[in-house]
Amino acid sequence: MLSILSKEINGFFSSLAAYISMAVFLLVTSLFLWVFPDSSILDYGYAGLDSFFNIAPYLFMFLIPAITMRSLAEEQKDGTFELLATRPLSDWQIVIGKFLASLLIIVLTLVPTLIYYISVYQLGISKGNIDTGSVIGSYLGLILLGGAFTSIGLFTSSFGKNQIIAFTLSVFLCFVTFSAFDSISKVISLQSFESSLTSLGINQHYQSISRRVLDSRDFIYFLSFAGLFLLLTKTVLGARKW
Amino acid sequence: MSIVVKDLCKSYGAQKAIDGISFQTSSRIVVGFLGPNGAGKSTTMKILTCYIPQTSGMATVCGFDVNTHPMEVRRQIGYLPEHNPLYLEMYVREALAFIGSVHQLENSKKRINEVIELCGLGEEQNKKISTLSKGYRQRLGLAQAIFSDPAVLILDEPTSGLDPNQVIGIRNLIKELGKSKTVILSTHIMQEVEAVCEQVIIISKGKIVADDRLNNLKETHQNKSLEDIFISLTGSNVH
Repeated sequence: MLSILSKEINGFFSSLAAYISMAVFLLVTSLFLWVFPDSSILDYGYAGLDSFFNIAPYLFMFLIPAITMRSLAEEQKDGTFELLATRPLSDWQIVIGKFLASLLIIVLTLVPTLIYYISVYQLGISKGNIDTGSVIGSYLGLILLGGAFTSIGLFTSSFGKNQIIAFTLSVFLCFVTFSAFDSISKVISLQSFESSLTSLGINQHYQSISRRVLDSRDFIYFLSFAGLFLLLTKTVLGARKW
Repeated sequence: MSIVVKDLCKSYGAQKAIDGISFQTSSRIVVGFLGPNGAGKSTTMKILTCYIPQTSGMATVCGFDVNTHPMEVRRQIGYLPEHNPLYLEMYVREALAFIGSVHQLENSKKRINEVIELCGLGEEQNKKISTLSKGYRQRLGLAQAIFSDPAVLILDEPTSGLDPNQVIGIRNLIKELGKSKTVILSTHIMQEVEAVCEQVIIISKGKIVADDRLNNLKETHQNKSLEDIFISLTGSNVH
């Protein structure tokens, strides 16, 4: 499993695409946080990173599928999956190794954004006037959300050889699981189920962790969400044996 | 007996890829696995390497059943798949180091130098795989297959697409490996079989039509050339 993980990380950082997607992520979040007047912290006037944490899930919807789309699709296209699957590695080790590698890349993408926190910390009217606990909670939520999206990305990447299909499907699935449940629950005839419908979506759990409410239900939600999609991924890979 | 296959069947839907084949090989022998395209050679090899399971029948490698002990089987086997898939964006030494870490080998560095020497990759060892010529890629595929020093080597068309000099190089290597390992290789080149194989298994339409030592096979067919034997055993369906 560790060998898969380090192979994936090495492979990712030896390609230009990696640096470009990371740079674009940082550029866009910076623009939203510091420049665009609608969401800029300078116009907003409060020392908080809310606009960053609000925009980040929508960027993850594109960034994460871009990172994960090649991970299994490319192996199947090049036939190297056969190379892996006939070595002493179980399908679980392959799937988990790839999952952890992609998640680690996402965490690494988030590391430079700590500079936003430091800047706001320094810029506060009295220095350090920022809700640190909420920032920590939001980062935690973002990482859990990243895990959920990564598992979706791996799942769609396992479908076959086509990376474009993997990307498109996983953007769609990420969007649906993130916010569609909220929107659907607003449909008049479904309003009696509103709370149970919204609790199916990622957004509600992400918001509640960001609010510093560390509820075990949210953790269980994210863990079972990722677990479910990894199980589906493994099942799709195992379909060659049917 | 390093490989035992008994009544092995594999069907894809209604189509039978292999239909009740049985054979066994002793250890330290090079076995030629012959048959027309689509006869079931690759399918058999995929079952032996635990990539896909059989529909019925059984197969063991070094005493381990492919269904119940797949991990042990995979540790015993070095496999070069058809078309030789490689991680093109990796470097030669990196790819070998990756195989070493998958097998959790200690002293991986020493082994890398050994197989580079053995497969004649010396000049190319610091290059990216995507820049290698076909012959060197094939050598690298072979180097990956023998990396963990497996007891059994399964090579699916190891010399396809190589020039005559490269073919001879790979053949000599296979012959050398056959002194310490069981090697099963599939090929369409009859001279290759005559040059390196001691045992020959010919399959056609998923069934075994010949399984014998090379010299016995020739004797029973009045010393005809292997090519003629192959055509007479498998060719009837062509016309």
